[in-house]
Amino acid sequence: MAMVGDAISHAVLPGIVIAFLLTGSRDSVPMLIGAGLLGVLTTFLIEFFHRYARVQADASIGVTFTWLFAIGIILISVFAGQVDLDQDCVLYGEIAYVPLDLWITEGGLSLGPGTVWTLAFVTILILLFITFGYKELFLTAFDPGFAAAIGISTTAWYYSLMTAVSLTTVASFESVGAILVVALLVAPPATAYLLTDKFKNMLLLSVLAGIIASVAGYYLAVWIDGSIAGAIATVTGIEFTLAFLFSPSRGILLKRKQLQPVQH
Amino acid sequence: MILQVDNPVVEVHDLTVSYDRKPVLWGIDLTLPAGALVGVIGPNGAGKSTMIKAMMDLLPVGSGYVRIFDKPIDEVRNRISYVPQRESVDWDFPASVFDVVLMGSYGKLGLFKRPRKADKDAAMEALNKVGMQAFADRQISQLSGGQQQRVFLARALAQDADIYFMDEPFAGVDIATETAIIELLRTMREQGKTVIVVHHDLQSANEYFDWVVLLNMRLVASGPTEHILTQELLEQTYGGKLTVLTKVGELLRKQEFPSREAK
Repeated sequence: MAMVGDAISHAVLPGIVIAFLLTGSRDSVPMLIGAGLLGVLTTFLIEFFHRYARVQADASIGVTFTWLFAIGIILISVFAGQVDLDQDCVLYGEIAYVPLDLWITEGGLSLGPGTVWTLAFVTILILLFITFGYKELFLTAFDPGFAAAIGISTTAWYYSLMTAVSLTTVASFESVGAILVVALLVAPPATAYLLTDKFKNMLLLSVLAGIIASVAGYYLAVWIDGSIAGAIATVTGIEFTLAFLFSPSRGILLKRKQLQPVQH
Repeated sequence: MILQVDNPVVEVHDLTVSYDRKPVLWGIDLTLPAGALVGVIGPNGAGKSTMIKAMMDLLPVGSGYVRIFDKPIDEVRNRISYVPQRESVDWDFPASVFDVVLMGSYGKLGLFKRPRKADKDAAMEALNKVGMQAFADRQISQLSGGQQQRVFLARALAQDADIYFMDEPFAGVDIATETAIIELLRTMREQGKTVIVVHHDLQSANEYFDWVVLLNMRLVASGPTEHILTQELLEQTYGGKLTVLTKVGELLRKQEFPSREAK
């Protein structure tokens, strides 16, 4: 599942380029739609190769996203003259430029960085999705067989979740790049998983871990005068390592004894 | 011997299921009576799990159809429940025992609705029935095999369905759990529910079920237990497998000299 997020974050590239070529603008909405469609197509292709061609899930993921990402790169290089996109920027992002890309209304009023508005909008959408779909997402993730038996469509929820992942990915990677998106998609939840046994706490802790990594990563980058995205990804790795070593329930150093002797 | 019944709760007609173009179930024609404890028995790879999954339309079906309560399955989803094999889920998933049992109410709640007080009470009562109320807040990763099975059973009970499909509920559980489960299944039968159980132990089958389905890719037999668990039909089901023949001999011997009295 974690690797599907990785795959989506790369595979949406052709969607973004095609949306750009069709509309000729770097407006966020067509890009979100183009990338969202490609994200769903990616999950569909992964499932398709896995189920009907009987390729292993990891191989199916590997084939699908490298191929789609390559198409995106080719599109960028062929239309290089017309496309205001750049491979490095796609991979690494440049968060330092976000404050420069202001959303200025026709009246000349500056509303701050455009990306912040896009991301805020997507965050609200995702929060609504998780709040209203909580029990279905929880059940289909834990026991899809039971969910299907009692009439909850696992396919519909799986693709909705993957659409949500695509949206999040696309909205974020304009500012942070594909690699930091993956770091933030996978590392904070993995850290939270080591720290708690409760699903709701895990959701909250992943958000907290992500925020801490972003803030700490920013100051780390300022301090060492390096890449902000790189520093943030590094902090997510440090958080995971700390949780792995020192988690009270699953950490390898402080593991609580799970089986207490029976008292007679 | 395949006995068909009038007004069946489950009607399977000409069901064929294949994996990768290789058939695992061939032309199953089966009817099951209401209010029975049904055992589905057969050797490994006979398609027992596949059959109950196909009955619930969880697998693509090659041909044939299934009707439950004389309706297509999608119209009666809220009346059926399923206890999957224990190994089919990840028990390290961050959830508590109570979270899992509460899932039993999800089907009836419908989209966007949260479980209410009544659903939580029903979940707690179901835990009580399987003797696990003290474990409500326990993490599912800390349960033993028998406890995991009881949790799955409690989830099905919380659902209050009319027909239950159970995939190997007795596999790898302790004897206390096995006794507790069979007691519950008998209570459910007395309430008029139909319970269909995939089972692998011939010895206990005789004692547990009042209707038995013998399966080995094809339907070998279906009918009341005493007519079905005969040496001839068991040999047809298990073929000439040596180890199994020994078990059959053992079973027949136990039939003459029952080691366990029915409770």
